[in-house]
Amino acid sequence: MAKNFSIKHQTGFTVIAATCFIVLYLPIIVLVAYAFNAANSTSEWGGFSMRWFQSAWQNVQVIDATLRSFQIGAVAAVLSTIFATMAALATTRTASYPGLTFKYAAINQPLMVPEIVTGVALLIFFSRIKIFTGYSGIGYLIAAHTAFCIPFAYLPIRARLENMDLTLERAAADLYATPWKTFRRITLPLLWPGILAGLMLAFVISLDDVVITEFVKSGGQDTLPTYMLGQIRRGITPEINAISTAFLLLSVAIVTLFFFVSRKRD
Amino acid sequence: MATAEQVAKAAERRDVRDRWLLSAPALLVIFLAATGPLLIVLIYSFLTPGPYGDVKWQFSPDAWLSVFMERDIFDDTLSLAAAHVTIFWRSIKLAVITTIATLALGFPTAYFMATRSEKTRDLWLFLITIPFWTNLLIRTFAVLQIIRNEGIINTILIKLGIVSAPVQILFTDTAILIGMAYVYLPLMVLPIYASMEKLDFRLVEAGYDLYATRFKVLRKIIFPLVKPGVIAGSILVFIPALGAYVTPSVLGGGKNMMLSNLIELQFGQGRNWPLGSALSITVMIIVMVALLAYVRNAGKSGTRHG
Repeated sequence: MAKNFSIKHQTGFTVIAATCFIVLYLPIIVLVAYAFNAANSTSEWGGFSMRWFQSAWQNVQVIDATLRSFQIGAVAAVLSTIFATMAALATTRTASYPGLTFKYAAINQPLMVPEIVTGVALLIFFSRIKIFTGYSGIGYLIAAHTAFCIPFAYLPIRARLENMDLTLERAAADLYATPWKTFRRITLPLLWPGILAGLMLAFVISLDDVVITEFVKSGGQDTLPTYMLGQIRRGITPEINAISTAFLLLSVAIVTLFFFVSRKRD
Repeated sequence: MATAEQVAKAAERRDVRDRWLLSAPALLVIFLAATGPLLIVLIYSFLTPGPYGDVKWQFSPDAWLSVFMERDIFDDTLSLAAAHVTIFWRSIKLAVITTIATLALGFPTAYFMATRSEKTRDLWLFLITIPFWTNLLIRTFAVLQIIRNEGIINTILIKLGIVSAPVQILFTDTAILIGMAYVYLPLMVLPIYASMEKLDFRLVEAGYDLYATRFKVLRKIIFPLVKPGVIAGSILVFIPALGAYVTPSVLGGGKNMMLSNLIELQFGQGRNWPLGSALSITVMIIVMVALLAYVRNAGKSGTRHG
């Protein structure tokens, strides 16, 4: 058969792909455009203005929720990354041993259950503990976020570890390096891009969460997403567009960083 | 004196112990803040509701009974709980259609991305990653603005004279479907792309050499080879779609409840925690059954190609 056509081409696929990308980006572009709308409502266009960004910037509730989001996200991301790194070291580059399958299942468990179920489970559990201990701070949110960030942090770290060969570590051991020294001087530097990618992933996942936070939070503990959900239910204001746009920019920045970090090969 | 075998055994035991110690913190956190609480939900589903939420520690099968059945308050007879059945049916239907829709759109998109040159591939991957990592609530909100009565779709339709009054999309099942397909599309594209990227196009070429049509090549060569990606994508879309909370509550309004909204209702205004717990367990059972059936079925049909 004469090959005067591209074998990689499939009829209609390019059109569907183009539609997908347009559809994915169109709503986001409209959202960002309306954040710069001077009018009081999102139904009409009243010219370009930054007033809604200013108004969001001066809104105490927004600032409060943002700071809380970052606080929870940072602590949960660091904790989950440390735990995920340790777990990844324990579950890779080894022959099968008793409990290995159990560990995989346990670490990925938060991914297999719909968020709403985890949310209500934590609502029940933590409300008991709250009565018992009297503590109602953001510790519960941090614990919950750490738990569901672990599988996400675990993914890139494990992938990186599995692609690393043992030669350098064996060489170090042959040269009488202690296990700890081998880990610190060889394994950790090689693993670092994976850890960084895991950390960023965990941070974004924590920053994104609405459902579990909504069920776990005590009064006055809104994070930025739960605050926004409350506002959207009450009615749309351009201020929400402005907050979304700022949030979006942050996500793009983190994704860009993540992309470069995880693409870096050895 | 210890034999070499004994020394090796001891070293192995030490290694396994160290590996358990290393994974202990992660396992502990997940048990305390994810798996453990699920067991409590199971227990709660067999208790009696308390007057102000929470439970009375008294065994009762009522919650499980009222997942699908309703007790008549006058003559105590049981009948099918129409409201619950409607919500279950809507949730399952919307989750399945969302999975099919994202597959129909995502498969060609992943194929397109995987067949670009090595350099441009990274760009497309980057473009699909941005919506993926953008907050789900923000993306749902973006869809809300497009499909509402004053939104861009209705404005265009009216300006073009196709309709005279705005089409009501918001607060319907269609709105939830559009929203879910939109927010979960990258979850379908990414795993399919991952297996598509490894596709050996010499096999495709061989297919054409043997006079296969484009469609036949797609069905007999490409699809079986990227099946693991398709399965992964479908699972990644179906689970969150069945338990979706944000999208239905923002785009569906109060009337178009899905399972998650029904569960929330029992823990909020409904003050029936055992029923909420029983419903949660039911959602998990549906997810597990669907997963097992899907994985088994997908594994059976089509031969393995390695």
